[in-house]
Amino acid sequence: MADIATKIDTDTPGLPPMRIVQLMVGLALVLTLARPVLPDFLVRLPESWIPPLADWLDYFFNVIVIETLRINELTRWFAEGPLDFMLGFTANLLEGKHRWPFVGPLPWSCVAAVAAVIGYYLGGWRFALLGGGTFVWTAMVGQWKIAMQTLSVLAVAAPLAFFIGLLMGIAAWKWNWFDRAVKPFLAILQTIPFFTYLLPAVIFFKVGPTAGAIATTIYAIPPMVLMTALGLKKVSPEIVEAGKMSGSTRWQMLTKVYIPSARTEILVGVNQVIMLCLAMVVLTAFIGMPGLGGKLLAMMNSFKLGRSFEIGVTIVLVAVMLDRFSKAWVVKLPEHHERGTSWFVRHKYLVAAVVGFVAFLLIAQFVEILDKVGRRQSLSMGKEMDALIKGFLAIDAVQAITGWMRYFLNVWVLIPFRNALLYIPTPAFILLVVSFAYWLGGKRPAIFAATFFTIVAFSGWWDRSVITLYSVISAVILSMFIGIPLGIFASRSEKWSTRILLLCDTAQTFPSFIYLLPAIMLFGVSDVTVVLSIVIFTTVPLTRYTIEGLRNVPGEMTEAADMSGATKRQKLLSVQLPLALPTMAVGFNQAIMFAFFMVIIAAFIGTQDLGQELQRTLAGTDLGKNFVLGMNVALMALTFDLTIMNWAQKRKKALGLS
Amino acid sequence: MSDSTPVISCKNVWKLFGPNPKQYLADMAPGRSFDEIRADGYIAGVKDVSVEVGRGEMLVIMGLSGSGKSTLVRCFSRLHDITGGTIEVDGQDIGELDENGLIEMRRNKMGMVFQSFGLLPHRTVLDNVAFPLEMRGQDRHDRRERALEVIKLVGLEGREEYFPRELSGGQQQRVGIARSLAIEPDIWFLDEPFSALDPLIRREMQDEFLRLQEMLGKTIVFITHDFDEALRLADRIAIMKDGAVEQCDTPDQIVLNPQTPYVEKFTEEIEKSRVVHARVLANPVNGTAPEGEPVRAGHTILQLARQLVNDAREELPVANKKGELIGVMNRQEALDVLLGKDT
Ligand SMILES: Nc1ncnc2c1ncn2[C@@H]1O[C@H](COP(=O)(O)OP(=O)(O)OP(=O)(O)O)[C@@H](O)[C@H]1O
Ligand SMILES: [Mg+2]
Repeated sequence: MADIATKIDTDTPGLPPMRIVQLMVGLALVLTLARPVLPDFLVRLPESWIPPLADWLDYFFNVIVIETLRINELTRWFAEGPLDFMLGFTANLLEGKHRWPFVGPLPWSCVAAVAAVIGYYLGGWRFALLGGGTFVWTAMVGQWKIAMQTLSVLAVAAPLAFFIGLLMGIAAWKWNWFDRAVKPFLAILQTIPFFTYLLPAVIFFKVGPTAGAIATTIYAIPPMVLMTALGLKKVSPEIVEAGKMSGSTRWQMLTKVYIPSARTEILVGVNQVIMLCLAMVVLTAFIGMPGLGGKLLAMMNSFKLGRSFEIGVTIVLVAVMLDRFSKAWVVKLPEHHERGTSWFVRHKYLVAAVVGFVAFLLIAQFVEILDKVGRRQSLSMGKEMDALIKGFLAIDAVQAITGWMRYFLNVWVLIPFRNALLYIPTPAFILLVVSFAYWLGGKRPAIFAATFFTIVAFSGWWDRSVITLYSVISAVILSMFIGIPLGIFASRSEKWSTRILLLCDTAQTFPSFIYLLPAIMLFGVSDVTVVLSIVIFTTVPLTRYTIEGLRNVPGEMTEAADMSGATKRQKLLSVQLPLALPTMAVGFNQAIMFAFFMVIIAAFIGTQDLGQELQRTLAGTDLGKNFVLGMNVALMALTFDLTIMNWAQKRKKALGLS
Repeated sequence: MSDSTPVISCKNVWKLFGPNPKQYLADMAPGRSFDEIRADGYIAGVKDVSVEVGRGEMLVIMGLSGSGKSTLVRCFSRLHDITGGTIEVDGQDIGELDENGLIEMRRNKMGMVFQSFGLLPHRTVLDNVAFPLEMRGQDRHDRRERALEVIKLVGLEGREEYFPRELSGGQQQRVGIARSLAIEPDIWFLDEPFSALDPLIRREMQDEFLRLQEMLGKTIVFITHDFDEALRLADRIAIMKDGAVEQCDTPDQIVLNPQTPYVEKFTEEIEKSRVVHARVLANPVNGTAPEGEPVRAGHTILQLARQLVNDAREELPVANKKGELIGVMNRQEALDVLLGKDT
């Protein structure tokens, strides 16, 4: 990476940039070494300097928003009125909650049949198998009810997020000021840890499905807004003009020309909405929502790994199904029928779905197993698997290996690293971050880094922020040791590239919660587990972007290297890697973002970072504190995001790759 | 063919692309050239154009790529708001129209075929063609009937249920033509409407438009790069360069009296005798008309070539279709057109 340094904008007058970086790092080093003799206020900000931000926020919410503006009455009305109605509706149909229309629950076989038909329509037999199979599995292992609890919230939150996102996207496309106002907001929204969504939801919408649905909805809105605006902007001007020349009114233009022409982007947005909703709805377990996530959390807490594993499989199946289906929908273009084709043939899939639904509805009246799978009948192997896993972990060799790994990581890597980070005085730490941002990204990211980290310092949660950062950095570095070699290996052959990319794609659709499972299975509940679950989670984007970066190196460049007689190794080191680096940086960035996300989730295992404090706020009504903590995570994440993306862009331009 | 009231009349029309065109135009010194304007950061898509299009006339616009043809036509239909000048359609200043007025005008008066078709990707051929009818609020059955009719006319029968992506370029272009035909507009803007068609269908389409124009008295503004096509269709030709109309005249005049060096160069390669009609070379009779067989006013010099070479008379009488004498043509002058001047 030595050549990167020379690429920083050299047009700045005064000191050369490299000099500035050296000066800053030097100063930070001096401060750190001099820590024993530094005055206290230079080591950590004294308590008295820290503004009571949380209290102000609390005041703002409690007095202004709630008591004066009475916003919570509005939100409660919405939550208890329309939203509660919709949730009740889906909950009745899917899980049989005693609410209007009092017909549910639908037999599981009906749902499976419809899913199979939809699958067949979207992607043939394999998808039919995936759709039907997912629900058959869910019913068979006896998780029908909790799965339906999750899906009934999803079925409300996803359409809601879709509509709100669509409307906001249209507004952002139509009015520039709205676009400009909303963009930074969306960027922040996408880096805020999900706990920060949860508490306001709880406060404004009470605990339970409504709060869960609201948090889920809000969480899924940003990509829909962005995709909608993007799609509408991309509609070709001639299509627009053709619409105008046909004498369309504004409304006709929007509904008949723009939105249908932006179909692809809008459907990509739908895919993202669904996947984010699923990820979030699983996480609402933390505010006590029942469902797959809740059950998984409970099972993990009581260390019932067999059952956890089964729930994990269900979640993964549901995720893969939803992702594949919605992606297939994006590329599925309408097919034409010959003229004079009858209605039944034109709508054969609809007919098949209705027939399947009704048929199983009737059969289920007589064959009980097709209606509900009782506790006794279920094929769950939870207990057996528990025994198996525990037996496996008890094997001496396994124990020796995991024990040694835990020891090595903890004693030689993680704890010393953490202590070192904590030892650095606050100003020195900020200086290091700023010099990093300056070195890599240039002036603008450096200014942001300085501002953001100063705010973090003044938030009063410095140590916990540093610990959060420590988990993130150590996990990302560890995952680099796995992801990059794996990516390099896979990129060597077409076959392996596609395989591993497919694997990464699939893994990225899993709700993050799932990644805790393997780590807990191997290492139980400990500090190492947290880092390892992040490692597993972040290896995915790293591997993926490494492969993509390497495979997208222009052919003529590798050929030029071949012709110069470079060995494989030389070619990799001096041609492919440098060219792939900007793309890999995107993966690196995503890994860091994922890590920030995961570290907060992993907190329930018991860590000492911001995540744990955040989780504590959920129990009470510490809205102010919740916001401050969430803000800290977002600010740190944004610093990295700005820096790395800035560098990647500059670098791409310099290499002529963009 | 055309009567005197102009359907489209545009005066000193400007269309500038750039950050703040209105202001720039107001402050601009008169007579600034295209390149100077570009140096100021603006593109003159249309530069001080004044043209009139008569009722029932076919005006063909020609010019090199990027000369502003499409932009000018877009100004006529107010797809672009013009930066300066006025455009009147049927005596109505279209710049003054409010949104509803504009929609009305486009629904009832105008049709357009786009250079790159502008088909709605999510609609079948049938639904694309019926789209303007749908916008007008016509009922389902009627618009279907009408759409099927024009689809047949452009030779796409049997493809009604196809989606644009399932059609070839030429077929897509014909869908665009059919769509503009569906509402039978009075004024037609055709932006290279036949560019993707094979010569056979192209000729058929040209005939169709000529027929429509003659039978129904449609006014057509037609953009093409093909001079032969222009000759077949045009009442007048406007030649554009750098946003400005260099010359707007009948084909005969354009080749005989090019008004700028650019037009001269543009028409250099063209066989003049194919363009120039006897009527244009006819001078008024002073004194007595020469004896003998007259030549037909409507024939081109090329068509008269054999006669011109064989005839020995100095002056030839020119008669119109009905046989009435309209003037005399100098044979040497006509031979100059045919063979080129001796230099
Ligand atoms: N929306 C726009 N914004 C900026 N510049 C434009 C715009 N539309 C056209 N121009 C510019 O105006 C000039 C004229 O473009 P126009 O499309 O009218 O050319 P044309 O004569 O139709 O060419 P062609 O024969 O290739 O279709 C070009 O230089 C073009 O770049
Ligand atoms: Mg054009």
